[in-house]
Amino acid sequence: MTSPFARQRYLIDYTLAALGRRRGKNAGLLAIYTLVVFVLASAMLFASAIRFESTAVLADAPELTVQELVMGRHGLLPADHLDKLSAIRGVATVEGRLWGYFYDRANGANYTLMVPGRDAAEYSVGPGEAIIGEGLARSRGFKEGGALLLVSQTGKLLKARIKSVLSNDSALVSSDLALISEVDYRRFFELPDGVYTDAAVSIRNPREIAKIVEKATLALPSARFVTRSDIARTYESLFDWREGLLVALAAAAILAFAIFAAEKASGLSAEEAREIGILKAIGWDTTDIIAMKLWEGGLVSLGAFLLGTVLAYIHVFLFAAGLFEPVLKGWSVLYPDFALAPRIDALQLATLFVLTVIPYTAATLVPIWRTAVTDPDEVMR
Amino acid sequence: MRRSSLALALVAGLTVALLGAFLHAASSVGETAARLEETRHLVARLGLSDLTLFTEARYTRHPAMADLHTPFQDHPMAFEHFPSGTLVPPPAHLPGGELRIVPAEDAR
Repeated sequence: MTSPFARQRYLIDYTLAALGRRRGKNAGLLAIYTLVVFVLASAMLFASAIRFESTAVLADAPELTVQELVMGRHGLLPADHLDKLSAIRGVATVEGRLWGYFYDRANGANYTLMVPGRDAAEYSVGPGEAIIGEGLARSRGFKEGGALLLVSQTGKLLKARIKSVLSNDSALVSSDLALISEVDYRRFFELPDGVYTDAAVSIRNPREIAKIVEKATLALPSARFVTRSDIARTYESLFDWREGLLVALAAAAILAFAIFAAEKASGLSAEEAREIGILKAIGWDTTDIIAMKLWEGGLVSLGAFLLGTVLAYIHVFLFAAGLFEPVLKGWSVLYPDFALAPRIDALQLATLFVLTVIPYTAATLVPIWRTAVTDPDEVMR
Repeated sequence: MRRSSLALALVAGLTVALLGAFLHAASSVGETAARLEETRHLVARLGLSDLTLFTEARYTRHPAMADLHTPFQDHPMAFEHFPSGTLVPPPAHLPGGELRIVPAEDAR
């Protein structure tokens, strides 16, 4: 009497030999299956890691940002608005911020020029000095101690000594930044005194944000208020993987694969039906045949799932999701050189397992069961 | 070597590799925590609000700060210019005006 374990091993041996008879077709199936899992798992791991990263780093974004709206568009914020905001009870500090965009014709990239705030002592720059992000430094070949030279559309020249280059570690938020002094900023953009790009407001008690926004809306009816939770929500929807283009693109591929796999798994060829007939005629049980097919479906789908997921992990975290870069880059010249914090969401992985392994294994079973319960003589005819 | 031994060894090897990925992720927590802390510090000090993923347009560079007309950059019903616009939905929190139609006698 063979032990159940040995029996299953014989069944696996037979299954693999049967798969080997149609080697090309089955290898193709395994390759496509692995590719589908790889694309899905990469998108999932990337979205989950970047969502985690953005949530972690933007946790200390300004509690409340106040923008002036002119004709429904972002306008300059007059300095007297800062006083009105400071007068609201519960507001700790109000800081007028200066930041804007600069299109560099030399390389076709957009930079974000910014004046560091009062609190940013370690990033403070004097007139004629600049701190730049790694992307800006990389794209123009700028180095610490070198000179930052920018020419505005109206011909104003900004020449600043590069005090330092921001670390690669913070590239995800600072890649295109150029921090310059207020004097240089106002002169370069020909911006009069007494106006700001917007204002960052810090609030004593975070639970009062809604009330403070309510009061500020009355004090500044023309302004728009963006809270920290609004920023979080914006990024939450941005990185929601279900809305991602990659998943939308992958959906077409998954559908094509589903049709292919269903056709392969559920439709039995005459040759396969004959094989089952012979197995039954030589004494195999229906349960043996079903177990053999379960092993076939299970080994193919589990193998594809494991291989696809491991390759996806390597792609996203060891090769910085290089295959997605062209999609994410869009038309931007500056793309941050960032590494994502490796993390795996076990629940998402389990969902991927359920969506990829179980349907395929189940699809192989139904036609086999139908054939296996039929009389061998009838099947072979 | 029996085919079944090879197949089971392969599945076991891949399972170990997947567990290895979990371990790798768990072991890099400390290393990435320091990097995230530094970035967080920069965000707090400079009051940054957005990621530099898409730098080609202001509404993709700073989606959280985008203005009311983000979806229609140049004129009403304008088509999206940039590929990244497909990946960056308009912010969920944009305030909206209201279009009201009043009967003719009220308008007078």
